[in-house]
Amino acid sequence: MTAVLTEPAAVRVAGTRHLLSSEDLDRPTVERLLELAASFEAVAEREVKKLPTLRGRTVLSVFFEASTRTSSSFELAAKRLSADTISLKSSGSSVEKGETLKDTLLTLDAYGPDVVVIRHAQVGAAALATRYTRAAVVNAGDGAHQHPTQSLLDLYTMRASLGRVEGVHVAIVGDVLHSRVARSNIALLLACGAHVTLVGPPSLIPRGIEATGVSVSYDISDIATADVVYVLRMQRERMLAGEAYVPSLREYTLRYGVTSARLRPGQVVMHPGPMNRGVEITDEVADSAASLVTHQVRAGLVVRMAVLYDLLAGPEGAA
Amino acid sequence: MSGREPGRLTQAPGRPADVLLRGARVLDPGQGVDALLDVLVRDGEIAALGDGLDAPAGIEVIEAAGSTLLPAFIDPHVHLRTPGQEHKEDLATGTAAAAAGGYCTVLAMPNTDPVVDSPQVLDSLHERAAADARVRVGFFGAISLGQLGEQMAPLGELADYGACGYSDDGRPVLSASLLRRALQYAATTGRVLSLHCEDTSLSRAADMHEGAVCARLGLVGYPAIAESTMIARDLRIAQYESRPLHICHLHVEQSVEEVRRAREWGVDVSAEASPHHLLLTDEEVLGLDAARFKMSPPLAAEPHRQALIEGLRDGTIDCIATDHAPHHPAEKEVPFPAAPNGVIGLETAFPALVLGLVESGVVSLELIVERMTAGPARAFGLTAPRIAVGAVADLALWDLRERWTVSEDDLRSRSRNCAFLGREVQGRCRLTLAGGRVAHSAAAVAA
Repeated sequence: MTAVLTEPAAVRVAGTRHLLSSEDLDRPTVERLLELAASFEAVAEREVKKLPTLRGRTVLSVFFEASTRTSSSFELAAKRLSADTISLKSSGSSVEKGETLKDTLLTLDAYGPDVVVIRHAQVGAAALATRYTRAAVVNAGDGAHQHPTQSLLDLYTMRASLGRVEGVHVAIVGDVLHSRVARSNIALLLACGAHVTLVGPPSLIPRGIEATGVSVSYDISDIATADVVYVLRMQRERMLAGEAYVPSLREYTLRYGVTSARLRPGQVVMHPGPMNRGVEITDEVADSAASLVTHQVRAGLVVRMAVLYDLLAGPEGAA
Repeated sequence: MSGREPGRLTQAPGRPADVLLRGARVLDPGQGVDALLDVLVRDGEIAALGDGLDAPAGIEVIEAAGSTLLPAFIDPHVHLRTPGQEHKEDLATGTAAAAAGGYCTVLAMPNTDPVVDSPQVLDSLHERAAADARVRVGFFGAISLGQLGEQMAPLGELADYGACGYSDDGRPVLSASLLRRALQYAATTGRVLSLHCEDTSLSRAADMHEGAVCARLGLVGYPAIAESTMIARDLRIAQYESRPLHICHLHVEQSVEEVRRAREWGVDVSAEASPHHLLLTDEEVLGLDAARFKMSPPLAAEPHRQALIEGLRDGTIDCIATDHAPHHPAEKEVPFPAAPNGVIGLETAFPALVLGLVESGVVSLELIVERMTAGPARAFGLTAPRIAVGAVADLALWDLRERWTVSEDDLRSRSRNCAFLGREVQGRCRLTLAGGRVAHSAAAVAA
């Protein structure tokens, strides 16, 4: 029997680097990735939007959970860098026939991928994946835990819009309890010197989250002091059936919805998508000039190009 | 009837031991013994204690100078997975693990497949134990049929067939009415109820202790009050019915407080804590290793650990129990939330406690031994193992200075989901006599 002793979440296995959690990113790495992303902007403007950098490399993405933005932007990012791509979704795969995550990964590893991008409904799935593949693993979302490329693209967007992140005040509004986006952003924003306030009903703010260094408010009017209002969706797919987190969506909208009346001029509004217009955010705000939502999607592409590039051709990845 | 009557304990037959242990430090807090002595075991009983005992002709002599002889332990809470889940553990492997951990007696929980809720299943287990068990095994009967929390199990018949107590462990008895009726009815059998207290409406789908670590990881939190409010309710019911109660695996400060308070009111309550809850905290979960650190109740934050230690010291917690819960490696090689709860602990309990609590001076060796012998014996009406002339030889010889790192190869259990795997512990069990028979013997003894 082989050893089942696990590695810690952020371990580098035999020189392979992974991107599992924003908590593992230090500031120099973040700077490197964001600069790299910026350099890929020019490629996106060209008529032929392709670089040969990752020719002959294979990027395999496995999505055990629904995704529009993340899966498409990883795939496009890999293609822009000339990598071969395989994209699998759990529906229509052997997962539906009861295959375990371990066996799915061992099977896919036999193709010798260089990067495995994985999204899964359960916390720790990406960390577990590192045990069963020699590829670099990128966590594209594990339950309510982490989604590090989302926080990188959000940071990229904020910096492009505000010129800086250090000292910026970000209010993250809504269902923090079930949000991997919130957890990833908290870690990265704090590491980069931003102030973070979580705003939402107490039942949707995780108990003990203050220990990370964030402030917590249950009053929506507190978003007025923020530079960035980051709006989260009510993640009903992660809520326990029948559990009363809020009396109703209607009441949530009344008390915590982000409306233009609750914003002040000069603030920018972000949302990781998909938006539930009329619930956590009004149409008016979503479509206003203050909204950076489409910037976020564009940033997603160049940031994911940067991550793939860095893992495979970057300072350590080249080895 | 005290309400803590013993059940039947079963062990495979074996040759009664004849051995002279020479020059060990003999420590039995219950007997007030702590001295360098020779101990003569003849025909499975302690025949003589003293200085410079002569070795009767042909008897095996073990030079034990430098080693420590302790009464063997009782674990009132283990899962031996038989019947139905023998790929995780069976009576032979589970009791081999127990013997290697210095235990002479273990009490097995009834959440098997099928559940031990009929005299037939219980009887077949005793039959099995009579063939396979290296140490004495007692078996709990279920409180409710199928442990479904609806209909009372045949508590009377289960007692007639030797149940050592009743438990729906793994699940709480959610219905206060069922618990009350079971308590009333159990008065006719004298066996105690051992309760896993958890208000599952507060801990539904929980992965780990609710708090700062859980908030960071995005796992579903198990709030401390899920356990303590249920303990409070159950102790009030026990008080009202004037019946004794045993509470499994306390893991948070609030629970310790409830038990302490109930004792002050005069409730006859006994309570356990596990080595992992006494030694580890929820920080361990950061690595997301379900095999080592996912269990129910979960590892809690440091202040809770301190409260458990205080409870152990002042006697609120009178038993140390491993909640030895084997799972097959493949079942644990899944993302954290998907993994089953439980860790094994029989082979590491005492060495982990010696290094973690005794070496650092937090509690005395005597206290640990008391909570692993007389404490559980009292809770389940058993005779406490003791080192005294005339007593059955329930002894374990330890090298208490040896530090070792727990590896998979050390484990006799069929499973590997041990919280102390990869950690340093202190103390090696050289020899265990259980029920007067050699249950465990390390090669080093002969050397």
